[in-house]
Amino acid sequence: MNFVALRMLTGDRAKYFGLVFAIAFCTFLLENQTTIFANIMKRTASQILDVTDAEVWVMDPQTEYWEQTKPLKDTDLTRVRGVPGVRWAVRLFKGNPVARTLDGKFAVSFLIGIDDATLAGAPRKMLLGSWDRLREPDSVIIDQAGYILLFPGEPLALDRTLEMNDHRVTIVGISDVPAPFASLPVMHTRYSEAINFLGRERTQLSFIIARPDAEVSPAALTTRIHERTGLRARTTEEFMWDCIRYYLQHTGIPVNFGITIAVALIVGAVVAGQTFYLFTIENLKQFGALKAIGVTNVRLIAMILLQAFTAGTLGFSLGTGMAATFFEIFLHKLATRGIVLMWQCVALTGACIFFVVIVASVLSIRRVLVLEPAAVFRG
Amino acid sequence: MSATSDGLGVSCRDVRKHFGSGEARVEALRGVDFETRFGELSFLVGPSGCGKTTLISIIAGLLDRTGGELSVLGTNVDALSAHERVLFRRRNLGFIFQQFNLLPALTAAENVAVPLIAAGMSRRHAVDRANALLSQLGLGSRLTALPLTLSGGQQQRVAIARALVHEPRLVVCDEPTASLDHASGEAVMDLLAANAVRPGRTVIVVTHDSRVFHYAHSIAHMDDGRIVDVTRPDRRREPPRPAERPSAFEESYA
Repeated sequence: MNFVALRMLTGDRAKYFGLVFAIAFCTFLLENQTTIFANIMKRTASQILDVTDAEVWVMDPQTEYWEQTKPLKDTDLTRVRGVPGVRWAVRLFKGNPVARTLDGKFAVSFLIGIDDATLAGAPRKMLLGSWDRLREPDSVIIDQAGYILLFPGEPLALDRTLEMNDHRVTIVGISDVPAPFASLPVMHTRYSEAINFLGRERTQLSFIIARPDAEVSPAALTTRIHERTGLRARTTEEFMWDCIRYYLQHTGIPVNFGITIAVALIVGAVVAGQTFYLFTIENLKQFGALKAIGVTNVRLIAMILLQAFTAGTLGFSLGTGMAATFFEIFLHKLATRGIVLMWQCVALTGACIFFVVIVASVLSIRRVLVLEPAAVFRG
Repeated sequence: MSATSDGLGVSCRDVRKHFGSGEARVEALRGVDFETRFGELSFLVGPSGCGKTTLISIIAGLLDRTGGELSVLGTNVDALSAHERVLFRRRNLGFIFQQFNLLPALTAAENVAVPLIAAGMSRRHAVDRANALLSQLGLGSRLTALPLTLSGGQQQRVAIARALVHEPRLVVCDEPTASLDHASGEAVMDLLAANAVRPGRTVIVVTHDSRVFHYAHSIAHMDDGRIVDVTRPDRRREPPRPAERPSAFEESYA
């Protein structure tokens, strides 16, 4: 009877396309909003995830997320290095100097100072130049978006000059780093240079990044560092979630997106669910005739589920295709780089659509099951 | 399942049915005695609301009765579980509805094949059999037509084919000519009489249409939930056999 179910589904083209497109638009809206939201949240931890050399981050116990740092004492680095299981630990500086071009254009920047000796934490994806050139004096690597912001309309070129806190610095590389939460240039330089560019304070060590010995897990090492030094130690993933959690709790972003997602879910679910439910109701007479002919309830349930899952699968696939196309066309730009359709959002949306389809199916099945087959005699 | 020893296809004794309760209680059947014989076409006639449809719904196992005894094709339907009743209906009953109730998305042949497919036959074999039957009923050129593209008479012929394709032993027809003009109604009754009336099979026709009464072997008159009279009319016209009058049916649709 499967072919009967599918032909009933597709027989009325207008209803069929209406149902599929209702599900497709619900899918599109959900995937679109959840993906943009998730990517924006992920951006809050971009600079953490970009440091692929380290697995453990050590910071002041009061530090809650990337943007908010209370400098550590230089001696803390030695203490961390002394913790058993630490393979290596180096300094990382984070500051926000103003960078100016010779033309006078300026922008507040993320300046990341990496260990002078090892250059651990340097950007690995370079578009121009080499991070090895950071060993040169007064050198910085700037990200592509930052370069375009400071030198709009000009081709990417090395050895251009910026001024930072009365220091002339030379661009020795252009990187492709993940976009930060705020659209600011991201610059990398050596730790000692970064301190010069910002101006000295009594304590300046923003973070210590470390890697555990082979036999020690990052999570175990964070516990060990905290116990031995009293400092806050987090794995890269934990620190990423700390940042995301901070923004979720302290900004209006989740409320804003949450409302949009909830509206998308409710409207989409109601439209898709109601369309399918009405589709079944309009076919009640046909189901009644099948019941009278001797089609069992189990078979009728299977038919409705097949119709629901066929429409659901088609609508979901179409909606996912629409969402992927949207991100490819509209967000494949520098400003929105890195915002891609996330499989987690697709899976979450799939679960929502599955839920809607199940609910609509159950309501439809209920109507069919309570339908008296004798109703077909009533015309 | 064999024919009953008394030759009765359906036997109702004091069958009662009410809907609702209290002030809203409606007595639809008030003790109906009704029977049909194998090889006969039994008509059930009466004014609207007299309980005809309720009675055939109960006989067909589509509706539970409130009281009385019922034997269908020699089977006490009370002894069957709900699932067994569905299977019994699928195996032994064919339905012809006033509004045809064809599935609009299926072709004529596929509509006819539905009872066979529901019984587990493969789609290809079922459609082959449906094609053969439809050709026999004069619809060989409209096998792949959708119901909405067929005339009322053609749709009812498809419905007849659907009711007969699995060779049921009881065929229940609800106002089979009500939606048709006189010529089409006559043609449908010709077809029904020629193809449905067989030894070991019984046909019940609910109708208002007095123009087709002459096809009946027996006519049960209902009123106010009771059978008030049963007549066995002198049959002015024998039901035609397809072999004898193959063109009469076609002529009426020409």
